[in-house]
Amino acid sequence: MTIFDDFVFRALIAGIGIALVTGPLGCFVVWRRLSFFGDTLAHSALLGVILSISFDINISLSIFAVSSLVALILLRLQNTTNLAGDALLGLLSHSSLAIGLVVLGFLSFIRFDIMGVLFGDILSVNVNDLIIIWAGGAIILFVLWLIWKPLFASTVNYELAEAEGMNPKRVNAIFTILLAALIAISIKMVGLLLITGMLIIPCAMARNLSNNPKQMVVFSIIGGLLSVFVGLYASFEINTSSGPTIVTVAIILFILSLSRIRKKY
Amino acid sequence: MIENDLLVKVSDAGLYKNGKWLVKGVNLNITKGKIVTLIGPNGSGKTTTAKIALGLYKNIEGTVKRLTNKISYVPQKVSIDWTLPVRVIDFMVLTQDLQDQEINDALNLTGVEHLKNNNLRELSGGEFQRVLLARAIAKKPDLLVLDEPVQGVDFTGEVELYALIKKISETLQCGILLISHDLHVVMSATDYVVCLNGHVCCSGTPVAVAQNKEYKELFGEKSSQLLSLYEHEHDHVHDSDGNIVKEGK
Repeated sequence: MTIFDDFVFRALIAGIGIALVTGPLGCFVVWRRLSFFGDTLAHSALLGVILSISFDINISLSIFAVSSLVALILLRLQNTTNLAGDALLGLLSHSSLAIGLVVLGFLSFIRFDIMGVLFGDILSVNVNDLIIIWAGGAIILFVLWLIWKPLFASTVNYELAEAEGMNPKRVNAIFTILLAALIAISIKMVGLLLITGMLIIPCAMARNLSNNPKQMVVFSIIGGLLSVFVGLYASFEINTSSGPTIVTVAIILFILSLSRIRKKY
Repeated sequence: MIENDLLVKVSDAGLYKNGKWLVKGVNLNITKGKIVTLIGPNGSGKTTTAKIALGLYKNIEGTVKRLTNKISYVPQKVSIDWTLPVRVIDFMVLTQDLQDQEINDALNLTGVEHLKNNNLRELSGGEFQRVLLARAIAKKPDLLVLDEPVQGVDFTGEVELYALIKKISETLQCGILLISHDLHVVMSATDYVVCLNGHVCCSGTPVAVAQNKEYKELFGEKSSQLLSLYEHEHDHVHDSDGNIVKEGK
């Protein structure tokens, strides 16, 4: 029996892996005002889960494919319709959620734990999931590191970045794919309703404590890790679902950080 | 003009958007060591023209040829959201890698070295413009596009910064495309003026433009005289009515 046989330990390793990725990615989500966008991608993950069950394909791969597709459709619609960004997001978010639930209705013969998909199911994390989380997470962080500079520049000012020879359109698309990938690897752990919370709450906390971008990323990671440690411990102690408990801890950290808030210049 | 000095050539360019022409039929050349200034009333297409020259629009009429990649841009408006904590020093290296010395020198030139570790949101409008300018010149670009670079800067600072821009174009031998409202200061430091009002009204040297009929209609007789005040030491004098009397060069 190895240490990986202990589901508490597996959950912890999975949580650490996810917190390391949500920190940096979440900062960009907050900076770029993409919270609702993250939500949309997460909602579309339900369709991914259902497709994975129907066609018996890997769940992370299936979620990644559907989320990426929705993200690309969104990028395309932004250029071709006059609908405001948030309306477009609402359209895609709820249509993918609705279609997912309708398709689920056809599959009544399959035993399916919808609560696990919505809120995460820590008990079901297996060694395979750990490999996907850590390998996927490493790739996401590596790509983010590669595009950090142009992505950050285009976050500060899109036209300035483009005028000075960067390719903001391309890095934005890559970032969107990274977000889809993160959702794919973390759904099982946190659940699709709460992944956006995991993305933005530690970063919102970090903003209250930092005065430069790198510092904010570091504090976000620390906040995410703390939420995972305390949240997992609490969920086992008081027997609550892991995803909501982790997010609740993150919220408590955020509230605590308000006391250290720097002047709102 | 030597062909090698050419940095940007905009030929018969225009932008049609939402059912109207924002700007149409623009021709201009930016060459090394020269300052080209765009003037014109609000909504006349100055910023649009600058963005066309930078290649920021995909669906334009006409052609734009850019012969350099070392471009720095000072946009008209940069707003930093509260959620994004950026210090001056982070902003300096936004699109470029710089040595500490280069950062200090550039900030020093625009007079804001002391603000290096301040958050961008703590700066006043004028200080922010100085930081924008410092960032733009720090990597010694071939082409500098400045969209109202001294807005919000106090009057002495304004004169100082225009003198600095002039100096930069000379020492770095870079081409500058400048957008400005301050006719009197700008005209004295400019090599070529393009007067816009949805199309090119007139263009040429400051003196030539100032005497153009369309320019006078657009900005009023006063501005024409205002400008000549700066030029009269060089090549002309005024008669008792304030009219310009040419003194052959």
